[in-house]
Amino acid sequence: MIEVKNIKKRFADNIVINDVSAVMQTGKCNLIIGSSGSGKTVLMKCMVGLFEPDFGEIHYGGSNFLTMNTEERKELRQQIGMLFQGSALFDSMTVEQNIMFPLDMFTKNNYAEKLKRVNEVLDRVNLNDVNNKFPAEISGGMKKRVGIARAIVLNPKYLFCDEPNSGLDPQTSLLIDKLIREITIDYKITTVVNTHDMNSVMEIGDNIIYMYQGLKEWEGSNKEIIFSKNQRLNEFIFASEFLQDAKDMRMLEMKGKIDNNRNMDEMLK
Amino acid sequence: MDIFTQFGRFVLMLKGMFSKPENGKMYWKEFMHQCSEIGIGALGIVVIISIFMGAVSTLQTAYQLVSPLLPLSTIALIVRDTVILEFAPTLVCLVLAGVVGSKIAGELGNMRVSEQIDALEIMGINTKTYLILPKILASLVVIPMLVVISAVLGIWGGRLAGVMSGILSATTFDKGLVQGFQPYNVFFALTKAYTFGFIISSIPAYYGYYVKGGSLEIGRASTKSVVVSCVMILFSDYILAQLLLGGSPSA
Repeated sequence: MIEVKNIKKRFADNIVINDVSAVMQTGKCNLIIGSSGSGKTVLMKCMVGLFEPDFGEIHYGGSNFLTMNTEERKELRQQIGMLFQGSALFDSMTVEQNIMFPLDMFTKNNYAEKLKRVNEVLDRVNLNDVNNKFPAEISGGMKKRVGIARAIVLNPKYLFCDEPNSGLDPQTSLLIDKLIREITIDYKITTVVNTHDMNSVMEIGDNIIYMYQGLKEWEGSNKEIIFSKNQRLNEFIFASEFLQDAKDMRMLEMKGKIDNNRNMDEMLK
Repeated sequence: MDIFTQFGRFVLMLKGMFSKPENGKMYWKEFMHQCSEIGIGALGIVVIISIFMGAVSTLQTAYQLVSPLLPLSTIALIVRDTVILEFAPTLVCLVLAGVVGSKIAGELGNMRVSEQIDALEIMGINTKTYLILPKILASLVVIPMLVVISAVLGIWGGRLAGVMSGILSATTFDKGLVQGFQPYNVFFALTKAYTFGFIISSIPAYYGYYVKGGSLEIGRASTKSVVVSCVMILFSDYILAQLLLGGSPSA
C-alpha cells in the first residue's frame, strides 16, 4: 500500500500539486486521471522520487519515503517497477539485455538463471522471439510490453505506469490494460496508473483519483465514476456529445426507464 | 541561468558521481565500453590529423628557416617540440572535444529526453555514477594515450614529409630529434592531456545530463558543450603554459 499525505509541489510561483492525499491499495489498479496540466504526472514523479515534494509524506508500507536516506531509497526502489510513457528502453541494448539489466545490476544469478527469468517475464507479457531485437525494431505495443517485462523482472511490490496507452491503437491499449490488471492481481502488487484514456478508466479503474488544477477533485471506482455528480469530472469524462448521450442512455437504462437490449431488438426487426 | 549557478550545478554533478557502485562488475563493463568508444572511436581521426599535422609542420618550418647558418636538423628539433608541446595535446584535444564531446552530450541528452535516465533512477541506480563517472575516467585513461600516439605519429609524419620532399635526410631528422630533448616537455604534454581529457568528458556530460526539452535542445546542448569545451581547453592551455613553462629557463 502506498499512502500519500498532504503533498504539495510548486515550480517557481506555479503550484502544481496542492495538498493531495490518497491511498493506493495493494492488489488493485489505482488510476490517477485528469486533463493535461492537472498535476497527475508530477504527483506520480513525486511518488517515485523523481521530484521532491515541497511538503507532505509518502509512505510505502508504512515507511516515509521522503525521510529515507540514499541507501534506504535505493533498497526501496528495487521494489518499484515503472513503465514510462515512451517505454524508456535502452536504445543500445537488445530486448533481452534491457530486461536483464536490473538482474545484472542487482542479483548475483548466473547467465542461465537470468535468461530463464527474462524468458519467464517475456512469456508473461506474451512476447516471443524478440530477445535479440533492438527497441527500434519492434512496434510501440511491443515496446510497452517489454517495458512492463523490465518493470516486473525483479518481482516489484509497486508498479507505476505513466500513460501506458499513449500512442497505441484501441485494441493494443486494451491488451496492455488487461496485462496490467492481470499482473496486478497475479503478483498482488500496488499498481498506480497515470492515464487520461477513458477505456482504461472503465476497464481497470479499481480506485480512481481525479486531479484538477493540482487538487484531488474526486475519488472512487470505475463503477461509481459514471454516476458521479462532480461537474468537472463529468466534463472531463464525457467530453464529447456522443459520450454524454451514451451516459444519459446508460443512466436511463440503470433507472429502468429504457431497455437498450429490447430497443435494439425492435430496431433490428 | 547565470555562470555561477551553472558552475555550482557542475560541481554538484561531479560531487554526486562519487558513491558506492551498486554492482562493481557492471561499472567496470561500462568503463571498458567507454574506453573502447572514446579510444577506438576517435583513433582514426587522431591518426589522420597527427600525420598531416607533423608533415605540414616540417614543410612550414623548412620554409621559414632561410638562414644558411642554421643546420637542417633544427627543423626536426622544432617539429618535435611543437608537436609535443602544443599540437599533439591541444590540437588533437580540440578535435576530440568535437568528436567525443558531441557524442557524450548527444548520448546523455537523448537518454534524458527519452526518460532512460529516469528509468535508471527508478531502478535505484545512481545515474551520475553509472553514466558520467565511467566516461570521465575513460577519458582520463584514453585521451593521454591518444595524445602520446598523436605525438609519435606527428613526428613520424614530419620525418616522412621531410624525406619525401627532399628537405632533409632521415639521418639528419633523427639527429635533430634527439638534440636538446627535455623529458619535462612530455610531462607538460601529459599534464595538458589529463586536464583536457577531463574537460572533454565532464563539460559535455553536464550539458547532456541536464538537457530539457526535445531533439532540438539535444542538438543545442551538444553544440554548446563543444564550444564551451574548446574555450575551456584554450583557456586552460594558457594557464598551464603560464604555470608550468612560465618560469622555466627555456621559456
